[in-house]
Amino acid sequence: MDFLMGMCCKDFVVVCADTNAQMSQILTIKHDEDKIVPIDSHKVMALAGQPGDRSQFSEFIIANVRLYALRNSRRLSTHAVANFTRNELATSLRKKPYNANMLIAGYDESCGPSLYWMDYLATLHKTNVAGMGYGSYFALSLFDRYAKVDMEEKEAVALMARGVQEVISRITVAPSDYVIKVVDKNGTRTVETISPGHVAK
Amino acid sequence: MAARRYDSRTTIFSPEGRLYQVEYAVEAISNAGAAIGVLATDGVVLASEKKIASKLLDTGAVGVKREKMYKLDDHIACAVAGITADANILINHCRVSAQRYTYTYQEPMPVELLVRGLCDTKQAYTQFGGQRPFGVAILYAGWDEQYGYQLYQSDPSGNYSGWKATAIGANHQAATNILKQDYNEGLNMEEAVNLVIKVLGKSMDTTLSPEKVELCSLSRSEDTGKITYKVYEEQELKPLLDAANQEKEAGTSS
Repeated sequence: MDFLMGMCCKDFVVVCADTNAQMSQILTIKHDEDKIVPIDSHKVMALAGQPGDRSQFSEFIIANVRLYALRNSRRLSTHAVANFTRNELATSLRKKPYNANMLIAGYDESCGPSLYWMDYLATLHKTNVAGMGYGSYFALSLFDRYAKVDMEEKEAVALMARGVQEVISRITVAPSDYVIKVVDKNGTRTVETISPGHVAK
Repeated sequence: MAARRYDSRTTIFSPEGRLYQVEYAVEAISNAGAAIGVLATDGVVLASEKKIASKLLDTGAVGVKREKMYKLDDHIACAVAGITADANILINHCRVSAQRYTYTYQEPMPVELLVRGLCDTKQAYTQFGGQRPFGVAILYAGWDEQYGYQLYQSDPSGNYSGWKATAIGANHQAATNILKQDYNEGLNMEEAVNLVIKVLGKSMDTTLSPEKVELCSLSRSEDTGKITYKVYEEQELKPLLDAANQEKEAGTSS
């Protein structure tokens, strides 16, 4: 029941993911699994799907992006990373498909922040707002109403937190823990972790 | 004569630590028609000398009209000096790798990556046996987002380097010397075109004429705002060449 959402504003991009590791449909074995992994200093990838596929695929992509940077003394743009990832996922779709859905967020010197949405069938979209999983129905309608491109970082993070609140109150099998990260010109950082239901970890 | 024993194999060092076949390939290029490149603030200019000049030659035929200038991608062009047949293979290699990059990343290939990719191929032919090196030197003119306009040169050994102005082929040494004298920092496209023609005129044995000269440029089009590869056609080239011829004449007579 993974949940991801993201929003791209003028100077930054925010992504949010749940941090629950599930063992089966009904058991949670971990509350601090970080599903938003860094690609490089200014790019992250938030993943949902089968845990094995998720890490296998993201590690493969990250290793390749790093190899490119080492070989060529230059970084790939977010646009290039997103399209490279799509290409790899689409190639393996008919051979050894990965069940991994993802959001790719990054900040480039040349074109600022950007956000990409991609599902396990390798459908790629560049969007300003994105959601993945059952929770996305609520997140997206919230964004529809309140998201603005020129929001301050604080407002954007607050809107994300509201999205989480909506998911928790509306979905019966909602994850219990969430993390919100921001990517801007200074790089990537965690701005908030939300774990409302816990007495003790 | 000592060299002879180590000549025949491309991949074997001589006792002095040299690879003769590679050096011969570099030498062969020095006899080919010259190609000159100059980097300007707002573009890159390439010019070359066409050696084939027979009145029976169908200059309009495909493959003869453009002898040495090739467009590799929307943002990269090149001029070759050496064995044209070898060049065709390398040009194809460049075009494939540029398109492959675009396919993978949906972005134009950075210029240096293309040059390096090709030089890796050239280098391989100096190390793995049974084949001769490519007898081609290439000037690359390109533009990319990170470094803007760039000019590169590569030779049969697989070495490449970036330049503000450079020359390959016949009389390249003399041409480079003139470029050293006459190149000004921050020159624009118009000045670069004139410089290239002037230098080509001095390094050629005959006077400049449209059937002996190829000239192309890579710059941003004012109409479309896109990087554009442009080949100078005869009607545009002729006045430039005539002016250069006159200037040369005036220079020698005074």
